[in-house]
Amino acid sequence: MSHKSDLIADDILGYLKAQEEKSLLRFITCGSVDDGKSTLIGRLLWDSKLIFEDQLAALESDSRKVGTQGGEIDFALLLDGLQAEREQGITIDVAYRFFSTDKRKFIVADTPGHEQYTRNMATGASTADVAVILIDARKGILTQTRRHSFITSLLGIKHVVLAVNKMDLIDYDQSKFDQIVAEYNEFAKQLNYSSITAIPLSALRGDNMIEPSANTPWYSGPTLLAHLEDVQVEQDAIEKPFRLPVQWVNRPNLDFRGFSGTISSGRIKPGDEIVVTASGQTSKVKEIVTFDGNLDEAIAGQAITLTLEDEIDISRGDVLAEAKAKPDFADQFEARIIWMHEDHLLPGRPYLIKMGAQIANAQISALKYKVNVNTLEHVAGKTLELNEVGIANISADKALAFDPYDKNRHSGRFIIIDRFTNATVGAGMVNHSLRRATNIKWQEMDINKGARAYQKGQKSAILWFTGLSGAGKSTVANLVEKKLHALGKHTYTLDGDNVRHGLNKDLGFTDADRVENIRRVGETAKLFVDAGVITLVSFISPFKSERQLARSLVEEGEFIEVFIDTPLEVCEQRDVKGLYKKARAGEIANFTGIDSPYERPENAEIVVSTADQSAEEAAEIIVSKLEEFGVLGTWFPEI
Amino acid sequence: MQPNLTHLRQLEAESIHIIREVAASFERPVMLYSIGKDSSVLLHLARKAFYPAPPPFPLMHVDTTWKFREMIEFRDRMAAEYGFDLIVHINQDGVEQGIGPFTHGSSLHTDVMKTESLKQALNKYKFDAAFGGARRDEEKARAKERVFSFRTETHRWDPKNQRPELWDIYNARINKGESIRAFPISNWTELDIWQYIYLEQIPIVPLYYSAKRPVVERDGMLIMVDDDRMPLNPGETPEMKSVRFRTLGCYPLTGAVESEAATLPDIIQEMLLTRSSERQGRMIDHDQAGSMEKKKQEGYF
Repeated sequence: MSHKSDLIADDILGYLKAQEEKSLLRFITCGSVDDGKSTLIGRLLWDSKLIFEDQLAALESDSRKVGTQGGEIDFALLLDGLQAEREQGITIDVAYRFFSTDKRKFIVADTPGHEQYTRNMATGASTADVAVILIDARKGILTQTRRHSFITSLLGIKHVVLAVNKMDLIDYDQSKFDQIVAEYNEFAKQLNYSSITAIPLSALRGDNMIEPSANTPWYSGPTLLAHLEDVQVEQDAIEKPFRLPVQWVNRPNLDFRGFSGTISSGRIKPGDEIVVTASGQTSKVKEIVTFDGNLDEAIAGQAITLTLEDEIDISRGDVLAEAKAKPDFADQFEARIIWMHEDHLLPGRPYLIKMGAQIANAQISALKYKVNVNTLEHVAGKTLELNEVGIANISADKALAFDPYDKNRHSGRFIIIDRFTNATVGAGMVNHSLRRATNIKWQEMDINKGARAYQKGQKSAILWFTGLSGAGKSTVANLVEKKLHALGKHTYTLDGDNVRHGLNKDLGFTDADRVENIRRVGETAKLFVDAGVITLVSFISPFKSERQLARSLVEEGEFIEVFIDTPLEVCEQRDVKGLYKKARAGEIANFTGIDSPYERPENAEIVVSTADQSAEEAAEIIVSKLEEFGVLGTWFPEI
Repeated sequence: MQPNLTHLRQLEAESIHIIREVAASFERPVMLYSIGKDSSVLLHLARKAFYPAPPPFPLMHVDTTWKFREMIEFRDRMAAEYGFDLIVHINQDGVEQGIGPFTHGSSLHTDVMKTESLKQALNKYKFDAAFGGARRDEEKARAKERVFSFRTETHRWDPKNQRPELWDIYNARINKGESIRAFPISNWTELDIWQYIYLEQIPIVPLYYSAKRPVVERDGMLIMVDDDRMPLNPGETPEMKSVRFRTLGCYPLTGAVESEAATLPDIIQEMLLTRSSERQGRMIDHDQAGSMEKKKQEGYF
């Protein structure tokens, strides 16, 4: 009996006081029905007095009716909740069980072990701190053992109990036990566990479950329950930097403005400086407000309300963070994904992702590879099917605040929702952010952009020529490059059409491909800028958002938008490539200016027209503007 | 070793997180208030979640008209004291047809006055999220139910087709007409509830405490004669016994237990020393194997 009945009977107040100091442990059990998983959990519930007499009566009658223990009590029957499952003799979902001892309350996620239920195991593992991995001592390490270990490790569980069950059926043979443990430890080297505790058990007979077994005199470690009571799960959430995802803005009246949420990591005190991740605005914590009075300090796991010293704009979805240790903030990141739905993952398809209180439209821009959950091998693939795991790049329509999941398990995790069916179709954990210079530790080079440009006597920049087809972009760009070359400047031209023959030849004209097209051209131009080169890009780029995307890649002042403002009528009349004619005839769809819009730049740095001026004149105007912007003069960088 | 947050504080924080998430994600949430101890805890948590503001949703009691009189008194007293917005819904069709547990049996009564009535109320007020006080340890069918439990337009629950629920991230997306039931105290056990009530000094209906009450024994259950609608069988005379209730519902369907437990510690002590589970006092579970699961599929909470 794990609850001390004597204390309950003699000193209930003392008992209650002691109970208030209990901690909580969530663990997951992994194994199949054959491994005796339900029996193991059933016995833990039984021995901690969580089975009542009426349930026992029902259990006895069920054991006779559908039991698998020849009329003896079948602990497994305690657990299988849903009727259909009970008849089939399998557990097909995640069920949560509860028991407690004097030291701890336990929440057990009981999930099925078959490969087709990987999603259920991942769900159960998501909230667990410890995984109990069951092994049938007769069979040793099986494919499913590797799978269960991989999934729990994928979800960030650090502590594993290797429960070598059915020791009674191998005569409590120490050498077989040692062999299994050695093999497992070897395999587990590639996983990210920080502790592995192997225990020889018989759940059915009760060996080493609660009391040390006389059948295993060679084993001196803890019993299963003793280990679960004592295992130290890292309290490291508290030691990580402060993060508070804002769930709710609390405004009962004009005098109070509080930001409510659960602290996901770290600690906070009044007076501490915080930053709003998205806006970068900072303030200091004024009060930590709770129903039970203001707190002097709050730690990870507490649901609190903060008030701040300054009136700054904060809403649901913002993440308040320690000012000196901001989380990553990026719209593109690499993540590991577990697919949970019958409809396959489709790269490029718009999904919703929910990360804490942040919601964004997002697409999986590239599936890098799949991971075989049984062998851990990397496999190439274009989609993920139900229960498959893959590594992918994700591109969201706005930046999200997160820490890599492996660094902070309480951050960088998200679910993927189908926008049309609203189903939860997948779950993901961020490996790292992509692209944003603020997040990626750049390899620091002694010879930097400024140094390279200085050597060439120029300032590197992108000249982004935009305008309708036939406006004269390429013609003017060509003339500008000639003039710059003559001035001794180092230049390069990226032409929209030419790029499609090589770098971007795998891309079509869908919206997703267009965005990718621009992104690649922008990234390429950025590399040239880093090389110190004046880079000319000639690209219709009809959408403002596309040009904004390219502009956002480089530093302020480096992106010079050159709008070749030649009217449609003039372009159509010229029709150098015969494209307007085809578009009018309906032979080309989505042709800019005809049946697809051209969004005129509103704040282009340079505007010229080849209707009123010759191409030569336009080029001269551009070069003189560049001189004015300091691109051509020697620029003295801070080296 | 002193834990950073005790198990009750962790459970409390988890519940508050869920309550805030529902309030932020749905247009018209409502908290179902059954007046029982779990409801008392739920209400307490809702007050904590939004302090110093009041909870941004109303409470609704689906009244079968057969609740204990003390429950109704308690309900109205709490509403007045805490100043929350209380909706009381009664299935008037059922009242007109004279549906009651004595005349129609427990199953039909529960179906019309509780299950149907709840659907009626949800449709009438167009609530898209309803908080309930169900716990996973109560009954096997509940052990698998999600915290955000999706309901179709006809309020059905499909146990085979539930959304995976990972970490503390809840999928709140629904289409028009659909709804969710939210269960913030899913991970609490009966013992946790009592310990928390004790720790936080949460008011509960006096029926939980032992007192001399008039009861008759019927089908092995002690039924309290709460008003004169209860027909007495020949030879039945109400006896004054020291009894209390471990669970509260319609008085004709709720069995009392003989007890001297008059304080919270007494109650907790009794609970830990006796070995029968709390739902035993409810007739509704005894009908047939898997009965709760069937009821849930049909929209019983």
